[in-house]
Formats: sequence, C-alpha cells, structure tokens
Amino acid sequence: MGSLKVMLVDDEQEFAITLAERLRMRGIETITAFDGEEALKLIVGDKPDVVVLDIMMPGMSGLQVLGKIAEIHPGIPVILLTGIGSTTEGIAGMKIGAHDYLMKPIQIEELIDKIRAAVKK
Amino acid sequence: MNLRQSIGQLFSGLAEVPGEETSPIRYTIMRRNMTILMLLITLVPLSLMTVINYYEYRSVLKDEIVTPQKVLVNKAKHSIELFLANRLATVNFIASAYSYDELADEANLNRIFRVLKREFEGFVDLGLIDSDGIQVSYAGPYKLQGKDYSEQSWFEHVRVNGTYISDVFKGYRRFPHIALAVQTMPSTGKSWIVRATINTGKLDELIASMGLDAESDAFLVNKEGVLQTNSKYYGQALEQCPCVPSVSYEPTVLERVDPSGREIILTYAYFPTTDFILMLIKPQAQVMRAWYSLKGDLLLVFLLSVGLIVAVVLRLTKTMFQRMKESDDKRALALREMEHNHKLSSIGRLAAGVAHEINNPLAVINEKAGLMKDLIEFTPNFPEKERFMAPVGAIIGSVERCRTITHRLLGFARRMDVEIQVLDVNDVIRETLGFLEKEALYRNIKVNLNLGKELPKIESDRGQLQQVFLNILNNALQAMDDGGTVSLATFERDENFIGVTIQDTGHGMSEETLKHVFEPFFTTKAAGKGTGLGLSITYGLVKKLGGDVDVQSKVGKGTRFTVYLPKKHDMTQGSNNG
Repeated sequence: MGSLKVMLVDDEQEFAITLAERLRMRGIETITAFDGEEALKLIVGDKPDVVVLDIMMPGMSGLQVLGKIAEIHPGIPVILLTGIGSTTEGIAGMKIGAHDYLMKPIQIEELIDKIRAAVKK
Repeated sequence: MNLRQSIGQLFSGLAEVPGEETSPIRYTIMRRNMTILMLLITLVPLSLMTVINYYEYRSVLKDEIVTPQKVLVNKAKHSIELFLANRLATVNFIASAYSYDELADEANLNRIFRVLKREFEGFVDLGLIDSDGIQVSYAGPYKLQGKDYSEQSWFEHVRVNGTYISDVFKGYRRFPHIALAVQTMPSTGKSWIVRATINTGKLDELIASMGLDAESDAFLVNKEGVLQTNSKYYGQALEQCPCVPSVSYEPTVLERVDPSGREIILTYAYFPTTDFILMLIKPQAQVMRAWYSLKGDLLLVFLLSVGLIVAVVLRLTKTMFQRMKESDDKRALALREMEHNHKLSSIGRLAAGVAHEINNPLAVINEKAGLMKDLIEFTPNFPEKERFMAPVGAIIGSVERCRTITHRLLGFARRMDVEIQVLDVNDVIRETLGFLEKEALYRNIKVNLNLGKELPKIESDRGQLQQVFLNILNNALQAMDDGGTVSLATFERDENFIGVTIQDTGHGMSEETLKHVFEPFFTTKAAGKGTGLGLSITYGLVKKLGGDVDVQSKVGKGTRFTVYLPKKHDMTQGSNNG
C-alpha cells in the first residue's frame, strides 16, 4: 500500500500532535490543523487522501468545515471525531457527506481501519 | 349588633378553608363545615315553613270548625225564641180577646183550650187566675181549680212585668213543662191573668232539628245551671249541669275540660228574654280529627324531608370531598413527579456537561499513553520493555473504564427525554445493574440473572425503564442486610406483554405496608431518609408506559416485584396516563 496522506483537524493540540505522531509511526503521512480556518487554508494547496475532523471546535464547527472541504475538494473522504455518546452528531455529519465517524477517546487501530476503508472507496 | 356579630362568627368558621399544611384533617374540617352549612340552609327554611304552616293551618281549621257551630247555635236559639214568643203571643191573644167572664166560664174555657190544642201543639192546660192569685177556671188534665198562687214568685213577676215565661219545672205535674202567664189590664175593673203550660217536647224537637251527629250534645240550661232539656252527657232535665259559662248573648266558643275530664268545645248563647242558655257541646277529639290527621301528615312530610335532605347532603359532601381529595392527591403527585423529574434532569445536564468536559482530556491521556506504548513497541530492544508496558496498559485500561463511566452518565442524562425505541429489556437491565454493581459488591450481595434468551424486543423508553428498574433495585438493596441475594428474571408473559421479576431476600413487608406501597409519600424509612416517592413514581412510570406492577411480599422472606411491559407502545394509552 502506497503512502497515505491524512489531514488531522482538532482544537485539542496535544491530542492532534500525539495522534499525528502515532499515525506517522505507522507510516501514514499526517498534517495537523488546530482549527477549521487553518485546515481550509492548508487543504487548498495540499490535498490529503483522508481528512479526520473533530466536530466540537471553537469558531467553525466540524460540520461547517466539512461543508467547505466538500466545496474545495469534492469527493474527499472525511472521518468525523465526536465526543462520547454524541452519536446523533456523527449521524448528522454522515448525512451531509462524511464518510464515517468515531467516538473519542479512539483506538488507533480502529481509526486506521476506517482510514484505509475510506481510501479504498 | 350583638346578634349580627355572633351570627357572623358562626358562619365565618364555616366558610373558611383551613391552610394547606394538614391535609387529611383539612378535608375533614372542610367537609364538616360544608355539611353543617348545607344542612343549615336547607333545614332552617324547611323548619320555618313547617312551623308557619302548622299555626296557619290550625287557625284556618279552627275558624272552619267554629263558624258553623256559631251559626248553628244562633239558628237554634232563634227558633226557640220564636217558638216561645209565638206561644206567649197566643196566650196573650186569648187573654185580650176574651172577657173575664167568658174565660171564667169553665165550658167556654174548655172549648178555647180544645181549639188551642188543635191549632198549637204543646199546650198542656189553660187557666184563669184572678188578681188575688186564685185559680178561677181551669181546662186541662189536672184538678187545679181554687188553687192559690198568690204566694208564688211567678205571680209577683207577672203582676210587675205583664208577661212571664217560667223555667222548666215539674210543679204539681210529673213531667217537665214551661208555664206562660199574661196579665190583662182592662181600663176598668179588676185585672186577670191567663196562664198556660206547654210541655218541653217542642224544645227537644227544635234541638233535635239542629241535626247533630252522634257525639255532639245540645241542651238548654238556665242561669242556675239546671238542665232545661235532656242532655246526652250531663243528665235529664232539671238535673244540675256542672257548667254555666259567663254571660254572652252572641254565640261564643270555648275550649274547656268538663268535670268528667272530657275535652270539649262548647258553643253557647244566652237568651235575652228568658233565663235560658243554649249549649252545644262537641268533643274536641272529634272536632279536631281533621286537624290531627293534617298535623300527622305535616309531621310525616317534615320528617321525611329532613331525612332525605340529611341523607343527600351527607352523601353529596362525602362524594364531593372524596373527588376533591383524589384530584388534589393526583395534582400533588404530578407536581412532585415533575419536581423529581426536574431535579433528575438538572443532574442529567450536569452529568452530560461533566462527561463532555472530561472527554477531551481523556482523549489526550489515551493518545499520550498510546504513544508511549507505540514507542515501547516500535523501539527495538527497548530496555525493561515489560516493566513499562504494564503501567501503560493500565493507563489505557483506566481510560477505557472512564469511557464506560462517562457513557453511563450520558445515558442517565438522556433519560429525561421521552423517546420510544425498540429495545432489548435484557440490555436495559444489564445497564441498570451497572450502576449498582459496586454497591452490591461492597455489601457482598449476590445478583442472580436469569434473563430470557428468546425475549422479544419491545417498544419502550430506555431512560424511563432504567429508572423503573433502578428504583425497584434500590429498594431491594435497601431492604436487605449485607450478604443477601437479588434475583432478576425476564420472560414472555403472553403475546402482548413481557415480564420482569425482581426478587430480594430482604425483610419483606407486612400486608398493611403492601396496601400503601405505591402511594405517594408513603415510606417506612426513618424521617429524612426517604421521600416515599420512589415506588409511587415507579408505578406512575410503568402505567405511563402501558404496563403494570405487581408486588408480593412476606415479612422476613423478602419481596418480589413483577413489572409487566407491553411489547407495542400504545400512543393513546401513553398520553392518557401521562
């Protein structure tokens, strides 16, 4: 399997940085953004294979970012991260185009499985 | 003013509604006041009406009885007066029409007497008496010629007044009769007196013609109380009558008790020209018979009405206050339930907030620990790899536990939103037990699960079911000493319902307690320890979900709750009961 490129968007920097490092250790190229605007800026010039996007963020919410990404790069798979128990938000996201969702705290193997599944599609 | 004040006081207490604080007594007081008030406003006018009617009827009836008697007496009196005046006029005519010599001739007098007897009934004899009181001539059945009357009182009377009507007397004769005497005063010569006697048969006849009934009595009496005619009650003519009323020439009615103890109504009238008194006597019992029956009817109607009113008022107030109490209780329960739900939903929101807030740091810890684990795993020949792996694994394990806890908290928070979904009751029970397993563990309480494997899923509200099971389980745990056993089982009761039994080995409940177990605010716990709401809310929730709760208990053996839940959620039922 060729090199995968993932963009990880989460306002919780420690989480984003650490998760990015762990993904890289598993051979997945990861760029991080700490809010929606930064993510949208980065994504214009650097199109990732998959976007992993937190829903609960200050400023632009994950669902808004999801819409913008779809405008910039239609068809790019997005995996949403939701708080625990917020199944409804995850489902709402999938209704407007997200590929899948995961509840935090996540298990990295599950995330990677979903990323690979998203790319395959 | 005083009266007004005291009346005001009497009624102010009745209209007042005692404060909210002592509810059962409050209803009793209110009910009592209402009953008294209603009885007062119905019975007082009724009693007044009855009393007024009583007196009105009595006076009307009395008039109705008295008036005809007066009329009767008046008529009879007139007849008798007329009869006497007529006889006197006849004697007067004889005295005036014939000369002394004509009357002194016995044969002539006899002829006149025969004509007299033929034309006017009742005459017994006829005689001429000279101014010295000596009987000059006589026509009649007795030998009275030559008799001297000058010493007798009637002779003086007729000399003074010109006419005389005697009382009834027997005199020389053996039967009662009345003497009539008229004095003639010619312009010259000596005066003479014509004297006739009539028997009293005609008087009896006149009295008989009054048409009296069997129990009435009418008779003549003179002012000395000597009976002039036969009386049914007081004896024969010339006997003494015990009752002489005061003088009245108009018919007068008296109520009195005669010497023999008879209650009578006496109607009488004095004769103006003679000494007679006409008396009409009716026994009161007979006269008042109509009154007594009316009085009886009146009393009967009154008593029946009072009985009916009292019964209706008592019944009505009882029903009314029962309804009122029920609806108040319902309202109070609904209010408490709302309050309780409100409290729970506040706690729920707080729990949700905490869960969300904790989630992010938890995710960070998870990733950091994950990274450490990665570093240990990915670095070849990491020194003391096992010693590091163990704590990192423990951290990740703990994060997983935290995740479960926050999940539960969120589940609790969501419980407030009524949401009907298809769910597996077995899952709900396992979830609910999750809240209590620590307590059970610490207290060494064994939990037996016997969940039906083929149990169909039902349409219900997860959060409310959790609360139902939680309440019953909490009760079960509190009823038991450490080391008891709680057994839970689920089963399919029939095609419409599933059942859940929760059995403990606790202290159990007495029959008395069982009766009240679902009543709001009923608690056997010490004051301040329980609200007494748990099971009433449980009951309310189950009913709201269209189910039912059954409870069996034996003191010392334990308690078994069985909750029946419908498989299909019935919208109408849910909203009706909610």
